[in-house]
This record gives sequence, C-alpha cells and structure tokens, in this order.
Amino acid sequence: MSHIHDLGVIGGGVHGATVALFAARGGMDVALFERGPLCREASGVNAGTLTMQMTRVALIPYALEAHAMWASAGDWLGHDVGVVVCDGLSLAFTPAEAELLTFRAGKRREAGAPIEIVSGARAKEIEPGLSGQALIAGHCKVDGFANAYLTGLAFRAALIEAGVSLHENCPVAGVEREDGAFAIRTSQGVKRVRRIVLAGGVWIEPMLAWLGISLPIKTLINQLSVSERIAPVMRTVVGIANGLLSLKQYPHGTVVIGGGWQAVGDRERGGVELLPERLIGNMRLACHAIPALRQARMARAWAGLEAETRDALPAVGPLPGIADAYVCGSVHSGYTSGPYIARLLAEHILDREPAMPLFPIDRLLAPEGAGTTA
Amino acid sequence: MSGECDLIVIGAGPAGANAALVARQHGLRVVLIDEQPDAGGQVWRAPWPGLARDANAPEARDGDALRARLGASAVDCRFGRRVWSVTSGYRVDALGPDGNEAVCAPLLIAATGAHERVVPFPGWTLPGVIGLAAATVLLKSHLVLPGERVVVAGCGPLLAAVAAGIVKAGGEVVAIVDLAGPAEWLKAFPAMASRPRLLARGMGWALKLASKRVPVHFRYGIAAAEGEGQLERVRLVPVDEHGAPCAEPTLTLTSDALCIGHGLVPGAEITRLFRARHLYQPLRGGWVPELDGFGRTSVPGLLAIGDGAGLKGAAPAEIGGRIAGLAAAHDAGRLARDAFEQAAAPLLKQRENLAAFADASAGMMALRPAQVAAISPETIICRCEDVPRAEIDAAFAAGARDVNQLKHFTRCGMGPCQGRMCGDVAAQLLAAQVGSREAVGYWTGRPPLRPVGFEALIGSFSYDDIPIPKPAPL
Repeated sequence: MSHIHDLGVIGGGVHGATVALFAARGGMDVALFERGPLCREASGVNAGTLTMQMTRVALIPYALEAHAMWASAGDWLGHDVGVVVCDGLSLAFTPAEAELLTFRAGKRREAGAPIEIVSGARAKEIEPGLSGQALIAGHCKVDGFANAYLTGLAFRAALIEAGVSLHENCPVAGVEREDGAFAIRTSQGVKRVRRIVLAGGVWIEPMLAWLGISLPIKTLINQLSVSERIAPVMRTVVGIANGLLSLKQYPHGTVVIGGGWQAVGDRERGGVELLPERLIGNMRLACHAIPALRQARMARAWAGLEAETRDALPAVGPLPGIADAYVCGSVHSGYTSGPYIARLLAEHILDREPAMPLFPIDRLLAPEGAGTTA
Repeated sequence: MSGECDLIVIGAGPAGANAALVARQHGLRVVLIDEQPDAGGQVWRAPWPGLARDANAPEARDGDALRARLGASAVDCRFGRRVWSVTSGYRVDALGPDGNEAVCAPLLIAATGAHERVVPFPGWTLPGVIGLAAATVLLKSHLVLPGERVVVAGCGPLLAAVAAGIVKAGGEVVAIVDLAGPAEWLKAFPAMASRPRLLARGMGWALKLASKRVPVHFRYGIAAAEGEGQLERVRLVPVDEHGAPCAEPTLTLTSDALCIGHGLVPGAEITRLFRARHLYQPLRGGWVPELDGFGRTSVPGLLAIGDGAGLKGAAPAEIGGRIAGLAAAHDAGRLARDAFEQAAAPLLKQRENLAAFADASAGMMALRPAQVAAISPETIICRCEDVPRAEIDAAFAAGARDVNQLKHFTRCGMGPCQGRMCGDVAAQLLAAQVGSREAVGYWTGRPPLRPVGFEALIGSFSYDDIPIPKPAPL
C-alpha cells in the first residue's frame, strides 16, 4: 500500500496553499496538488487590492482579520508579497452615487469596517492626486494592496519549508472514496489521503462533481490593465461607490486599473479576450478619478477569473454527507479574505474551534428558491 | 476608420502589402493598416516625409514600386495607425491621428514583421549601443548616421548591409565584428549563390567596405561596451564556432556607436493573442505560428505571413503575401478552388526556389545557445525592468519552470516592451535549465500590442457616458 497523507489539498491558489500551510504547521502530513504552477490563476493575476470598501458586508469581520494577516505576511508567511498598507477612498461623482456610497459605507461600518464619509475637499487632502470632481468619498484607513504576482513565489517557499509535499503541474482527473481514504487520480499516479480539501477556485464546481455534489459556480472574467512605470500620481487605493474601479500605484511606479469589468472567457478557456470598449471605459473611469494618469501609457491588459456562488458568499466548510471532505473557495474578494478564511478551515480540520463561523455549502444545495439564511 | 470590409491586413511590408493587393484584385474590400507613414515595412522603409531620397538604392526602387502599386489600387490604406487591440470577429482597434478607430472583417492577415534580437553583454544598455535593425531605420528613414566612429557587430547579412550603408552615407566604420568565421560564410555561399542578384549586392557591400579598408574581425564577439554615461570603448573577444567566448578579451576599439544584432525574432503577437498553435523553430527565429502552405493558422479566418510568421526574408515574404492574398480571396468565396490552386501553384514553386537562400541567410542569424549560456550573471537581460541573468537563474532555483512564472518571479518582460527585446534570450536561459524551449513556452499574448497612451485612447468623454456596469452585491 502506498503512503497515505493526512490531508490532500487540490488547488494551489491562495486558499488551497493557506489551508495546506496551516495544516502542515499544525502537524499534518499534507500533499498539495495544482494542475499548473502555484497561484498562477486568480491568486496571481488579480488586482491585489486589500480593501474593505469592495468587500461584502458579511465578510467584513473576516476581511479585517485577513488584512492584518497580509500586513504581517513577513511574520506568518515568511516571504514578501509586496504588501503596502495605505488609506482607501471610494468616490461618488454624482448624487445617485453619493446616496449609494452613504448607504453601503454605513452597512460596512456597522459590520466593523472603519469607513468614514468625507467631503470631496477632504478626500483631495487625503489623496492629492484626485480630480476635484468627487462629491463625497468613503475613507477607510484599513486598506492597501499586495503584489499578486508574487503570491506563488512566497507561498511556494513557505509550503516547502513547512514540509508540504508539493505537486505542481499535476492535474487531478478525479477523486474516489476508498477504504476510509480518498484516492486522488493525478497525472503523477494515484495518491491516497485521509482527508481532502477541494480548493479549486472557479473549478470547485467540477471538483465537487467528482464526489457527486452539484454546486453551480458562476465564473466572472475580470479585466485588468497596468500602466508603464510613472512618477508618483497617487498614494491611496481609489475606487468608486458601486465597486467598479480599483486603482493603485505600486512602489515601482506602475498603476493597476481593475474593478471587475467583464472580459470574454469561461472556466474551460480562461480569460480569452479583452474587450476594447470596456478597457477604454475602465480607463476613463480611472483617469476621471486620477487625472495625471492620462499622461501614462498602457503596458498590458489581462483577465483573471473569479468564482461566485448563488448568494455570492463563500463555499468554505465540510461537505455534507461525506466525512473528511471539505471545500474552500468562492470567496467574494477572495484574495483579500482568503488567508484568514482558509486558516479557519485549517483550524477546523485540525479539530480546533475556528474563531469565526465557516460557510458550509448546505445552504446552497437546497433547491433554488427554497430560501437561504445568508 | 470605422466600418466593415472583407479583409484586414496588419502590416504594409512586402508580405502584407502584396497580400492586400492580390486580395483586392480578386474583388475583396481590403483595409491595410500600418504604424509607419507609408508602406514598405522595415526592409523597404521610405525616408521620412520631406527628406531627400536616393531613388537608386535597391530598397528605394522596390519600395517605391510597391508604394506606387498600392497608390494605384483600391486598397484602403490606413497608415500612421498603431494597432493595439485585435479581437475576434475580427475587430482591429488602432490609435490614429483622430484617436481610437475600429474596423471589422471576417478575415485577418497578420504581417507584422520581426523584432531584433540582441544577446546581452555588459554595457549593452549604454547610450550609443543600438540594434542593427535600428541602425537601418536611422539610415533609411532618417538619413542619420548612428555615430562618428561606428563598430558594427553581431551576425548575419545585416552586418555588411549596415556597415555599407554607413560608409555610403559618409560615415566611418571602425570595424565589423562577426560572430561567424569565413568558414561559415563559405558554407552558406552555394545557397546564397542561388540568388545571384542578392549575392552580387552582398559582394558589392564587401567591395565597398574593402575599398574603405574597413577591418573585419571574424569569429569575434563583444565582451563589453564601456564608457561614462555613453559609449566610449568596445572590447572584443574571440569566440568559438558556437559563438561562446573562448579567450580573454584581446582588442579594444574607441567608438561612440555600436550597432549590434544577433538575428531577428518573429513578431507573432497576434497569433499568440488568438492562441493559434505555435512551433519552436530556431531557423525561423523562434516561436512561429503553425501554418498550412498558404498562410492559414490553426484559428479560422486568421492568416500570418512574412517574417512575423517565420524568418525567410523579403522575397519569400512578397510571394507568401501573394499566396495568402489568394487564400483570403478563396476563403471569402471570390476565387474558385481550381482558379485558386492554379494561381497559387507557380508562386509556391517560386517560393520553393528561394528556400535555400532563405535558410542559409536565416541560419547565419539563428540564436546561438552557447552564446546565451556564456552571459555573465550580472549582465542585464530585461532592460525595461533591470533584471540581470542572476535573477533568472535564481527564479529557476526558486521553482520557475515556464516563462510566465519566470515573469511573475522576476518582473522580466513586464516593462514597456513586454518582452519583445528580452523574451527570446530569457526563455533560452530558462530552457537551458528546464530542458527545452517547448517546456518553458512563450509569454501569453495580451493587448496592447504596442504601448498606447491613456490620453489618446480615452479621448474626450463625459462621465455620464461611461458605461459603468451594475454594482457588485453588497
């Protein structure tokens, strides 16, 4: 009989990598399987924003904890992901946006996010790069960004140091229940594990199907673009009331423009094509907020996938009816909250009481329209 | 330039312009787009408007003839436009004098030419060091000499062409420094002799250079370019038959300009953008789209021709362009199969007759892996992001196994050139450790195809007109 690992994690993004890391540090013998290199899908190509002002209200307590984790990544991850902690501003340019912003900021504040509504003039003091056109802004001191493309490099080193058996470029074709364990059919042969975590981002849906669970996951195809390196034009993370802009300048000078404008693509093919009108629309929004950006040139645009459940809340917890099997993913603003939520799942698997509740998928398996508690 | 047509051709060099002309002759409505103010591509570049032209130069003769044919045709030429986005449909977006313009057609021909390859050495980023192809732009388009005392170095036929161009324009060539030796040239000679006119031209260059007593250092490479803030000295080093240094640097030349090139790399960005199947073919310059005999890629409606689809030189590019023009006419339903095959047959034959010359010429310019392997750890590979070789080796040690991962680990290729300058060499460095170029792959194709200014792209707009999508859930 071949070696049996205590835990097998399928999917090497920020969720899978974090579960694997904390489970291994908790004493488990862990194997991680990733079809490509670590953190090269959503976890490596997202905008890196660590903001409360685009986070779902129900996730604010988690995101606050996760923000603290990102800010201290050097301590627990041990490797640099280029995290910058700074102020964040969510702008309203029209009365309708001001109303939306005030309402949303209020809800997020109730959930614990320290967001204040400030005047346009005050916003310009906080961010001198702003145009004078904002009526009001949501100001949050808990904001910032990471350098998403460094995520894989950082986690890879940390996982190896933690003794995780790392299988990159190792696609999994299926999982079967077998004598109280799971048999994972990989391109490198069948691997056996006692417990299993499915952490495949938008691929959670086909992964759950291996175990007979049908959970529809919507795939969002988010467009992003980046400027060449330019002289400093901003010092905060800037968004707008409805969440369709994220803008920040990295220490090396490039400005990343995101916000979730949709590109063409799907789960099978990834982000296939960027739509020029939407790139231009997103850029107009960015330049409307930070006028000095007009003088820059676009160096590159790309697309990253984002997973969304029916209620747009996470799928994180034990699988109903299948002992020792778990799912972890589909967290809205998943990069921001990922390390904390995935660590909670690791604690659950290690039989420790998680500090905050998980998000089991039982609620999503009820027939459509039967009502959810989320 | 909004609107519809039957065929869009991107790139008005020998390949693209001929494809456009042939397709137009068969009744297609053709839009031909190029970034330059006029057709001709790199090889038949026209002098910048307003500058005197030497009508007797061969590239001017061929280029002027092509420009005249285009002028007399009903091809819709849209020059001075920088294509930045190509999406399915096909829709091409370009920045022109009036901002962003889009045009659509069911068929697209990519004829985007090649980029130059410089295998890095210490000091290659000093002002005063430029590529051989850049030197031809200065000489042909701007009628400007690269410097007062010029060293011309690297490999392949461009060496003699650039050196002769400088001499003809009244400049001084301190030396030609050729990685190849007389033996390699002699080996290529029989194939080169298959095109007597071009061989004679090459001999003409050689004679012109000999009459000026320009020293030629065969089997030498550049050990370093040195100077305070700009090029002052070039240090030469003997190389072996694989292009790797094989002794201590022996010669130092005083020079204020070094024109250096180690061949060309196909600019296959559009076929990569569409995820067409590609093959690694060192003789053709690197990664090239897999084509049928007529220029069709694996993506329906997308054709690729000229040096951007694999290095063969100008004459095969012209013929390949004509063949692709016929294929486009056939695919558009304007040319019956029999007529298409009949028209294509003699062109295919002609191109075959040029193959020996094209291969010999491309062979002299192919990447020399030993030359790349010999790059020192501190030498900058990615000049946009200042990534030295040591960081690429460190990325391999940290687990990078393909070029996209290498990019994430190091920022190599993330700058304004998006890896057009460094990509081939960076991939070769990684491939030497991983095992093969196929294993490390190529950088994912993404827009913009060239950097574009936000100001020009966004134009004037009203905030209320930005089509902002619905808010995300709270």
